Amino acid sequence: MTNVLLLMFTISLLYLGIAHRLLTYIKILAVQGILLFGIAFIELIQINAVNLALILLETIVFKTIAIPLFLQYVMKRNRITRDAEPFLPNFISLIIITLIIITTFILSNTIADSRISKIFFVVALSTLFTGLYIIVTRHKIITHVMGYLIIENGVFILSLAVGNEMPVLVNLGILLDIFASVFLLGIFVNRIGDELKDVDVDQLKSLKD
Amino acid sequence: MTGIYLAGALSLAAFVFLNRSRIVNYVLVIAFLVLQVGFTVHIYTHFNQTELHYFTADGLGILLLVTLTIISIPAVYHSYVYLGSKQDNPKHTAIYFGSVIILLMALSAAYLSNHIAVTWIFVELTTLSASALIYHRRNNRSLEGTWKYVFVCAISITLVFIGILFLSFSLPQAGTEDLSFRHLINKGHALNIFWLRLAFIFIFTGFTAKFGLVPMYTAGIDAKDKAPSPAGALLSSVLMNVGFVGIFRFYTVAANTPIHAWANHVMLIAAILSIFVATVYMSRVKNIKRMFAYSSIEHAGIIILGLVAGGVGYYAAVLHIILHSFVKSSLFFQQGQIYRIYKSKSIYDVGHYFKYNQAGAIVMLLAFFFSSAMPPSGLFISEFMIFRALFEADYLWLLVVVMILLTIIIWAFGKNVFKLLFTPAVEFKEDAIEKINPAESLSQYIFLGLVVYLGLNPPQQFVSLIQDAIQNLAH
Repeated sequence: MTNVLLLMFTISLLYLGIAHRLLTYIKILAVQGILLFGIAFIELIQINAVNLALILLETIVFKTIAIPLFLQYVMKRNRITRDAEPFLPNFISLIIITLIIITTFILSNTIADSRISKIFFVVALSTLFTGLYIIVTRHKIITHVMGYLIIENGVFILSLAVGNEMPVLVNLGILLDIFASVFLLGIFVNRIGDELKDVDVDQLKSLKD
Repeated sequence: MTGIYLAGALSLAAFVFLNRSRIVNYVLVIAFLVLQVGFTVHIYTHFNQTELHYFTADGLGILLLVTLTIISIPAVYHSYVYLGSKQDNPKHTAIYFGSVIILLMALSAAYLSNHIAVTWIFVELTTLSASALIYHRRNNRSLEGTWKYVFVCAISITLVFIGILFLSFSLPQAGTEDLSFRHLINKGHALNIFWLRLAFIFIFTGFTAKFGLVPMYTAGIDAKDKAPSPAGALLSSVLMNVGFVGIFRFYTVAANTPIHAWANHVMLIAAILSIFVATVYMSRVKNIKRMFAYSSIEHAGIIILGLVAGGVGYYAAVLHIILHSFVKSSLFFQQGQIYRIYKSKSIYDVGHYFKYNQAGAIVMLLAFFFSSAMPPSGLFISEFMIFRALFEADYLWLLVVVMILLTIIIWAFGKNVFKLLFTPAVEFKEDAIEKINPAESLSQYIFLGLVVYLGLNPPQQFVSLIQDAIQNLAH
């Protein structure tokens, strides 16, 4: 069952590559939250109940509901246009994300460690690099934040791989998640929208040498 | 005591945030400084004791904590001067000092932490408080600096976390293990090499954002430029040190495993690229503050070279980071006064500084000589030891390259500093300039004096603390 959910997660990455609209990105993030909820539930069922409840609450309330709603609110408030404005055509994005997945798959075959299940490693690492790819190739600042959230999801999957043995690390990951995303989005909703009307990376070029 | 300190600092910060009265603000900030000094004395007298399970007063922690406390007092004083000159509103003052308190608290805790996850949490906290300082001026460009800083630091803190996850994979059996540095050092040879390598790459890259090395140095430059100069002094000295703590402690772990030589190569590449980048930008940068920030990148590179070289280089690296903190913070404190005279950070708008502020001009001249490691600066001693270690470790070709790059840096730095000091400024109206009280340069003189003293005639206590810091590295 975990494998099915993880594969669905990987497919959502491919969908991310061809998505046009920011709204689609937000929906994909919400779906990923639900998938993470499922994975966490199945993987961590043995750990202490309070801790498990915290982790599940974080995935469902924070990742699936709060952040997508908040992103939508930011988009409306700052009147961000709906197009994601990639630098590269979507077809090439699809190919590159596929290549990322294949590469991490091949890489994972070199690992000789029976303790870590390889599928977690593959999915986590490809999510990580897809997030970085999204950050690099999209035009708007808000898509950078979304790319960062995707990276966070990848980190969450990676922490689930050791979740049974060290639940503390999953909690730390949640701490990072909440801290960083609230903070990034907080700046966004407060200031960037007011001061830089069309939120675009080209406006962040005045500091240089 | 650590618990009292953390709780006290947090509650003082909360009061400072909420308070709008000027007098109460003074009282609270001074109360924090008293707490900080008391805590430092307590830690100093409780050498090698663990408190709250996660905080150990080891050599490196004590050295950097004392450095932090010494720098924090003039930093607060210069902050009051800075805020007074700008007539800031009480709310902004409250946020500024609240963030300074949280920043200093998080840094102190991160220095002393003996567990990689605890270090990580407090480093995360420094990002939060530092960004409030960078955003202090509340204009478009400081917003840009803040955004870049927050984003790059968020990414790098994530990288460190991934590194910690890989590190937990590398432990021989899962379950009971903890990730404290002592445990990792003792278990060094049982760790899985593959995961350890991945962990090293990620943790090192993540901490370079704070320490100011290639590849993540960029955000720090903008941050030091846009933050008010007393805050810039904190960012380029004590905040840099926290990156060093992260790298150094994990390097100590790696040095006790079979990946030691490999880790050296990784760090060597980062160090050389950092010095190279610093050289390129130093020779064309026109903003004085950014020039100082790039000079920090150069010193970070030299420190890492010391670690790579090994032998006497370990000792020199720790010495260098402490002395560099004092020199760089005095440069930034002095820069605040330069800005008040010329109202500009550009090298084109400044000049003839000797005429307007003699005490400050001598500080600039001395600090330039000191930071380019000329005798009697203590940095000369540490840099000389690092070069000797490189020579002994058969890195001769490297030494030649570094020497050439450093010469170019000295030339570029000197060109700008002498322009500031001696060449008359173009179209500068002298009648409206602010008179700077020479007493404001006092702290810089003390720091520079300290650099000479610690370099040329280090007290026995100081030497033994450094030796304690490097005891787990093979000599």
